[in-house]
Amino acid sequence: MAQIQVEGLTKTFQIAKRRAGMLGALAGVVRREHRELVALDAITFEIGQGELIGYVGPNGAGKSTTIKILSGILVPDAGHCEVLGFVPWRERRRYVAAIGVVFGQRTQLWWDLPVVESFDLLRSIYHVDDASYRRTLDEMVSLLDLEPLLDTPVRQLSLGQRMRCDLAASLLHEPSLLFLDEPTIGLDAPSKLAVRDFVKRLNRDRGVTVILTTHDMDDIETLCERVMVIGDGRILQDGSLADLRERVSPERRLIVDLEDPEVTLDAPGARVISREGPRWELAFDPRVVSPAQLITQVASRHAVRDLFVENPPIEEVITEIYDHGGLAS
Amino acid sequence: MTAAALSGYRALLSARYRMVLQYRAAAAAGIATQFFWGVIMIMVMEAFFAVGVAPPMSFAATVSYIWLGQALLALQPWNHDRELEAMVQKGHVAYELLRPLDLYTLWFVRAVAWRTAGASLRAIPIVLVAGLLLPVMGGERWALGPPAGAEAALGFAVALLGTIALGGAITTLVHVSLLWTISGEGLARVMPSLVIFFSGMVVPIPFFPDWIQPLFAWLPFRGLADVPFRLYTGHIPPSEALPTLALVAAWALALVALGRWLMARGARRLVVHGG
Repeated sequence: MAQIQVEGLTKTFQIAKRRAGMLGALAGVVRREHRELVALDAITFEIGQGELIGYVGPNGAGKSTTIKILSGILVPDAGHCEVLGFVPWRERRRYVAAIGVVFGQRTQLWWDLPVVESFDLLRSIYHVDDASYRRTLDEMVSLLDLEPLLDTPVRQLSLGQRMRCDLAASLLHEPSLLFLDEPTIGLDAPSKLAVRDFVKRLNRDRGVTVILTTHDMDDIETLCERVMVIGDGRILQDGSLADLRERVSPERRLIVDLEDPEVTLDAPGARVISREGPRWELAFDPRVVSPAQLITQVASRHAVRDLFVENPPIEEVITEIYDHGGLAS
Repeated sequence: MTAAALSGYRALLSARYRMVLQYRAAAAAGIATQFFWGVIMIMVMEAFFAVGVAPPMSFAATVSYIWLGQALLALQPWNHDRELEAMVQKGHVAYELLRPLDLYTLWFVRAVAWRTAGASLRAIPIVLVAGLLLPVMGGERWALGPPAGAEAALGFAVALLGTIALGGAITTLVHVSLLWTISGEGLARVMPSLVIFFSGMVVPIPFFPDWIQPLFAWLPFRGLADVPFRLYTGHIPPSEALPTLALVAAWALALVALGRWLMARGARRLVVHGG
């Protein structure tokens, strides 16, 4: 059975309208007008045990609302949702004891306390017994390289260090489901790599289901087998990254460096996207002309210094989906 | 609630305690202010006693009452936790629901820890100076005396628990109200006068006219200062402690119940509107 089942989940927020000008402000005191903002419009999906899902969408698309409902801190207006056999908002306390949540924008550690004391506190809050706490903590410390940070007060940590500690903190009670809301936001490159590597191992070695929201497409590319794209409160696409590419555009890219920068490239079946000196970027549809064919043709006509085939950048794919909705679905 | 469930709150209490204890400079400034106030109030009382009207309390008892009030000012629920206010304002308060804890109990524990940690940091030096140093320096008349007896000391200790519970309940009530008002400025102006006046911190309650005494007696605030202090000095004899303490306990329970009810409604708003 699916670990997460979501059916027709809907959430609307009432937003007080402010009228312009002094008269408008006075009128607002007497009678408030409200505007409805549909954050989630009957979304439906299922997630199985051990999946690693990327949940992407532009700002305001409904990502955070979904995560908040799934983690039990927001109640939907309509629809059904069952996670680990719980209805999150109905059995909140028992449910949240079974999940882990990390918000990249906000730490769950106690600002003034050394990291290890926050961990001890969480151990007490989640009633983790000593033996498994020791084991999990040791594992986290070695995987995330936390040893030098344990005695540092949280407020003195860098963002990357803090995120590593937050990840460990969310897993001390060994949840089988982890929500990561923008875990790489604002991190430097090495920290991002460390976080990605850790999430990947967690999912692969311990079978933890991970739901990851992010704006960083490298996170998606390196981590997620399945991507859900949300826009305007609706799921626009749901599938593997390869599927998404396929649906948006099957095109691939061929990048060719010619020996002679003066020559004009002749490549039947391919379209020139850009040219910078001797470097040519071509787009082609592999269903019309196979990469092998194209390369053979180019190589037979020109002196080639280097060439490689690429997928269009994931940013372009996702932007295409944002702009045109679930076009091919 | 089981013992296992309590351990989480207990750990939070002790962590919070350690955090508050980090702010030693604020405590030092507080102690200096409280000494200043204590001395001024005693001088005013000295003038009152000099007039020769039959006083409702002995001078020694009045002085002890004043010093205890200054030592335990931090237990009075006259202000609110700015950190919590910031959390409400930034909309982070919904994240509190991510913990497998009861939100009211969590906030109550937080309030109690904040109050008692601040109070113990200030009380110890004030009691040492007013109770031990002043008599040695020849200021017995202005010194904090010992409790009236073993029973008085016991009554004081029990009443102090009532003060902590009552102070925690009122503080939490103010904190819960932030879920509606967002800014605590309004209450921050009302609470000091309400609490400090009706608890007996400005003028000890026995000095007020007879006609207003029933009001003081039935309001919850005297349990914050007047009850423990008069039990300490023996002005309320130990034999009469029980009904007074029962009223304090009843108020504490009622205010906890009110806070729980409001919290449930506030939390519903929170989960509907999303923090």
